[in-house]
Amino acid sequence: MTFELPLLIFLVMTAAGAILVKDLISSVFILGTYSFTLALVWALLGAVDVAFVEGVVGAGLATVFFLLTLFTTSEKDTQIRRSPMPWTAFLALPLVALLLLYGAADLPAFGDPGSPASTHISPEYLENSVQQTGTPNVVTAILMDYRSLDTLVETIVIFTAGIACALILRKGDS
Amino acid sequence: MIQAHDSIIVRTLGRIVIPVAQLFGFYVLVFGQYGPGGGFVGGVILAASMILAILILGRHQPDSGLVTKVLQGDGLGLLIFAGVGGLCLIGGGQFLNYTHLQIPGLDDASRHFLGILLTQFGVAADVAVTGVSIAISLSAEDETEEVSHG
Repeated sequence: MTFELPLLIFLVMTAAGAILVKDLISSVFILGTYSFTLALVWALLGAVDVAFVEGVVGAGLATVFFLLTLFTTSEKDTQIRRSPMPWTAFLALPLVALLLLYGAADLPAFGDPGSPASTHISPEYLENSVQQTGTPNVVTAILMDYRSLDTLVETIVIFTAGIACALILRKGDS
Repeated sequence: MIQAHDSIIVRTLGRIVIPVAQLFGFYVLVFGQYGPGGGFVGGVILAASMILAILILGRHQPDSGLVTKVLQGDGLGLLIFAGVGGLCLIGGGQFLNYTHLQIPGLDDASRHFLGILLTQFGVAADVAVTGVSIAISLSAEDETEEVSHG
């Protein structure tokens, strides 16, 4: 628990830095740092699979895609002008933050066995997945067996993304 | 746009790093049923290693011939995934219910295990091909494509 606060502060700092910095290549690398820090937070919370995906996709593949995009476009943020913040934002944003904090007070505690997420269907998965699927990693068993139709549609989404990128960006194909 | 990198250090290091990264991606893919990882992460690591191969060795080098072949298998991963579901349908059950994979000599748990493994390979193939495809699309601005893309 001692690592959580520094990690979260660093997370907010990198997120703000990625938005505020003018050089877009620096912004991409700061965004990669943000993803890596987020992966550390996931790992600290015990969600190792999510941490793995966040580290590999956010800090690895997305950074490469951003860099490839920057190589074919411009590296400097010259077009976008940031208008000064309207005064309504100064009023509305703290109100929204207060509202969210008020709502967060009713959330179940971390790791609470009586929370709705832990009592609905998760115990059944945890108890039966090894006997039913022979797979010790429950996350994989849920993703690929109990919820495999969802995963199939996610795979279709990724496939569609690749096809759309090829259709829009590739020139010279007959 | 993408030519071979002319630094001998980068090329030599790439020849060492790329096979290790591919081996690690394959390990993560197969090991996903026992530890963290799985089809998606394994596919992304494979895609990253192949993008590294494109960036370092160039696209039309014989060393990166795997990339040229990989691009032609665009719907293969999806076909594997949906094909396993279709086999379950043929076996007399619901779509993607691996109990109905009609393989003699396997109990229910082993059938589920096999189904999970096969669909993970499908996801990994799909993700890897899509990653390489997007990378090539992003960098193929003024280059006439030689690879027909299906």
